Amino acid sequence: MADGSIGLWTVPLAVLGGAIRVSTPFLFVSLGECITERSGRINLGLEGTLVMGAMSAYGISYLTGSPWLGVLAAGITGALLGALHAGICSLPRVNDVAVGIALMLFGTGLAFYLGKPLIEPTAPRLPAIDFGWWSDIPQVRAALRINVLFLIGVALAPILYWAFRTTRWGLLIRTAGESADAARAMGHSVLLIRLRATMVGGFLAGIGGSFLSLFYPGSWNEGLSSGQGITAVALVIFARWDPLLCLWASLAFGGAAALGPALQSVGVTSGYHLFNAAPYILTLAIMIITCSPKRTLTGAPAELSITR
Amino acid sequence: MDFGRISRRHLLQGGAALTLGAAAGLRPAFAAETTIGFIYVGSRDDYGYNQAHAQGAAALKKIPGLKVVEEEKVPETDAVEKTIESMINLDGATLLFPTSFGYYNPHMIKMANKYPKLRFEHCGGLWSDKDPKNAGSYFGYIDEAQYISGIVAGLTSKSSKLGFVAAKPIPQVLRNINAFTLGAKSVNPKATTQVIFTGDWSMPVKEAEATNSLIDQGVDVLTCHVDGPKTMVENAARRGAFVCGYHTNQSALAPKAYLTGAEWNWEALYPKFVKMIASGEGIPNFYRGGLKEEIVKTSPYGEAVSAEARKAADEAKAKFLSAEGYAIFKGGLLDNKGKTVIPAGTDRGQKDPELEKMDYLVEGVIGATS
Repeated sequence: MADGSIGLWTVPLAVLGGAIRVSTPFLFVSLGECITERSGRINLGLEGTLVMGAMSAYGISYLTGSPWLGVLAAGITGALLGALHAGICSLPRVNDVAVGIALMLFGTGLAFYLGKPLIEPTAPRLPAIDFGWWSDIPQVRAALRINVLFLIGVALAPILYWAFRTTRWGLLIRTAGESADAARAMGHSVLLIRLRATMVGGFLAGIGGSFLSLFYPGSWNEGLSSGQGITAVALVIFARWDPLLCLWASLAFGGAAALGPALQSVGVTSGYHLFNAAPYILTLAIMIITCSPKRTLTGAPAELSITR
Repeated sequence: MDFGRISRRHLLQGGAALTLGAAAGLRPAFAAETTIGFIYVGSRDDYGYNQAHAQGAAALKKIPGLKVVEEEKVPETDAVEKTIESMINLDGATLLFPTSFGYYNPHMIKMANKYPKLRFEHCGGLWSDKDPKNAGSYFGYIDEAQYISGIVAGLTSKSSKLGFVAAKPIPQVLRNINAFTLGAKSVNPKATTQVIFTGDWSMPVKEAEATNSLIDQGVDVLTCHVDGPKTMVENAARRGAFVCGYHTNQSALAPKAYLTGAEWNWEALYPKFVKMIASGEGIPNFYRGGLKEEIVKTSPYGEAVSAEARKAADEAKAKFLSAEGYAIFKGGLLDNKGKTVIPAGTDRGQKDPELEKMDYLVEGVIGATS
């Protein structure tokens, strides 16, 4: 069109663009949580890890001028928070859900405290790869400016799927998650396996946070996460602890988040609160459709405190 | 008016010192320490609404004899009552500034009834005769600055499509959207403003999505009314669109894309309030003002603003600053559904309380309030 507008095509394009832009933090947190939960422990603190990751990535990127060092710092921060969670949970009679909630508050609080001086400065951002070079429609080009972290996340999902099935480490994690006694009988330390799984989970969640502050929306402020970490933890249950389903669920959530603003921009203005709630309605609908009173959740690791 | 613990005598001494100090070129000094409490709904360095108030509070900190206590991220619930109580009972605050819209009724009104000797000043509320006499509400006609932003936007846009990222459809937000649109239409009759409501004051991901969707629709100048405009400004600039700022000056975030902006000027108002108390006249319960009263201001023009746009904007500014002022919302105004919202012949001047109940979007705005 002459005025540079693409009319109603904005909506599918925005949903596609949103699926790519918004899904990455969901993807990393849910894959991380998938590893942790498969080992038999729930880490609800990943919201705090996500926010801490976002803050530390922004800070390190600002101080060193290298956004990739920021991503690394976010991962390390996440792994440390994961180690803290695992450490506390390895004490006898400690409830991992309660520890997770405490760490969620601790992580967000600490990030807000340390992040105060980072709200004003502008840190170098992660670069985007232009996959829209074949199109001369600027809207398409904008939607296809993809960050490499998204690609890593997309590649990670099938790798994890494969690793859980066929590698020694994948089997060990699953054994610890399905039957701690069996793992012990095989001579493995369940606590050590869970410590490592929680640290890897935290590492990935931290990287998810770095995407928020260093790519999209692309700056540090205190409302940055607005509950995405918690949503991603719920996504894992929704995806039945399957990394591939985590990928699809994250993409669906990203696209659903873009739906409300996109519909308003083409003039569908009534009921925007409903469209803004689309991701949550989607979760509820799928939960209701897939749940059954006759059996427990399929795919749930037997050692998880929610299924025990 | 009785200020109880503010101790009128001390304040009068302070006031005298203030005048003497000013006369002698010295910094004014309050004889005794007065504590002032500021309550923010978000983070006080959000590049936006709360930062503007915090800059005002910082201006008070420079006045000797005044102690400022602050609490940020206080939700618009019972929590603000607890904060007010602790500022009064633990810090000895005698003048309180709960700065967020939702603090006013019932929370601040309740506290003002409970502590009748202390003074409460609320930003944005609509004080009426039924409310306690020790409470007051102040606000700025920032729509005047938005009108000027609209003029600059209307003359800068190539597509004549403007975008507005808004939080919630409350009167103050609607008034800004409408003033921005009327400003643009005054110089560019073809101009339209597409509005997207994100649903809450701080939703960075939604704000970024809204910004991208608007630009996908061909919008090339954006502004916003959310708590922290940083997300909109940075994301719009990355896509090559121009922006008008809000709350504070965001030109440092996008020097090439920043045209102008509507800013609060609390650092001028709050010291004025303190002087009013010190001089014994007190703060009027209902306090309003715009560019002329220096409660709001506009950001300096960015490099992308043409000479024509500068001239048109300066002329509008001169009208607002003139003795008779200028009414943005004039008779014969239609909303975007074709209904007459202000009948022909009745101009609604800035101080008209009807404007603070605005529930419509004017002709030229694409969007709906619900």
